[in-house]
Amino acid sequence: MRTVSSPAPLKNHVRMEMAAVADNVALSRVTVAAFAAQLDFTLDEIEDIRVAVSEAVTNAVVHAYGDADLGGGVNHGGGVNPAGGANPGTVTLEVAHDGEALTIIVTDHGRGIADVALARQPAYTTDPERMGLGFAIMESFSDELEVASEVGRGTTVRMVKRPRAARASGAGEAAGDDRPV
Amino acid sequence: MKIEQEVRGRSLIIRLGGELDVKSAPEFREATEAALDRHSSNHLILNLENVSFVDSSGLGAILGRYRRLQQGGGRMSLVAPAPNVRRVMELSGLFKIMPVFRAEERALEG
Repeated sequence: MRTVSSPAPLKNHVRMEMAAVADNVALSRVTVAAFAAQLDFTLDEIEDIRVAVSEAVTNAVVHAYGDADLGGGVNHGGGVNPAGGANPGTVTLEVAHDGEALTIIVTDHGRGIADVALARQPAYTTDPERMGLGFAIMESFSDELEVASEVGRGTTVRMVKRPRAARASGAGEAAGDDRPV
Repeated sequence: MKIEQEVRGRSLIIRLGGELDVKSAPEFREATEAALDRHSSNHLILNLENVSFVDSSGLGAILGRYRRLQQGGGRMSLVAPAPNVRRVMELSGLFKIMPVFRAEERALEG
């Protein structure tokens, strides 16, 4: 099961493949925030994007493979990396915009999520050092969130964020909640 | 991440600077646990004034310290989170269990 990207023409896009390690979470935030500056986002909206990206990439680092750098606090014990060996696995970060909306896609090829609906519920965690709020935060800080996952194959998170200014001017879109994906 | 500490009586003040995320959360956790062990403090005051970013990993690390304090009959206070940090914290419900103060002195009095 894979998400299907919006058919809107892309004006710009960046695709970055990186090791699923904690250091790359900050790199992902910086990259997406810089890219998002091409649209008319407010500083608050850029902050929302930074948090949402951080959650999506952190999920890949912590849950998809289990990052050895973390020194504890990893939910699922030892890493399960289909690629094998000490390789931390890879995360792919894609950002695109069509002039109106920013789309962020984070893909891993890790263990996957057996029950996405359950994982999306707040406080879904067994680890006292984590809050289980990753998906709840992604959902609140973006306009659309889709999660597609297959056990043993990996997880794809797709988020869309539109500048409030563009939404208010009704640039070809209604309130934006019920638009087709 | 910058981590500064100061002991005032039985209060431990931890001042963080930078981004509290999956990379820095373990640093914060270990430094704070070690300081709590050393000083047997019963009040942890976490100064967030210079924290520019927090996500759920950072919140989890804060909650972990709160749980430790609470188990030992202690308490935890937050000081001066920036507006963007405050928004993430509000969503998490952390403010329902921990008081927030504008300044360290207020937290020390409170």
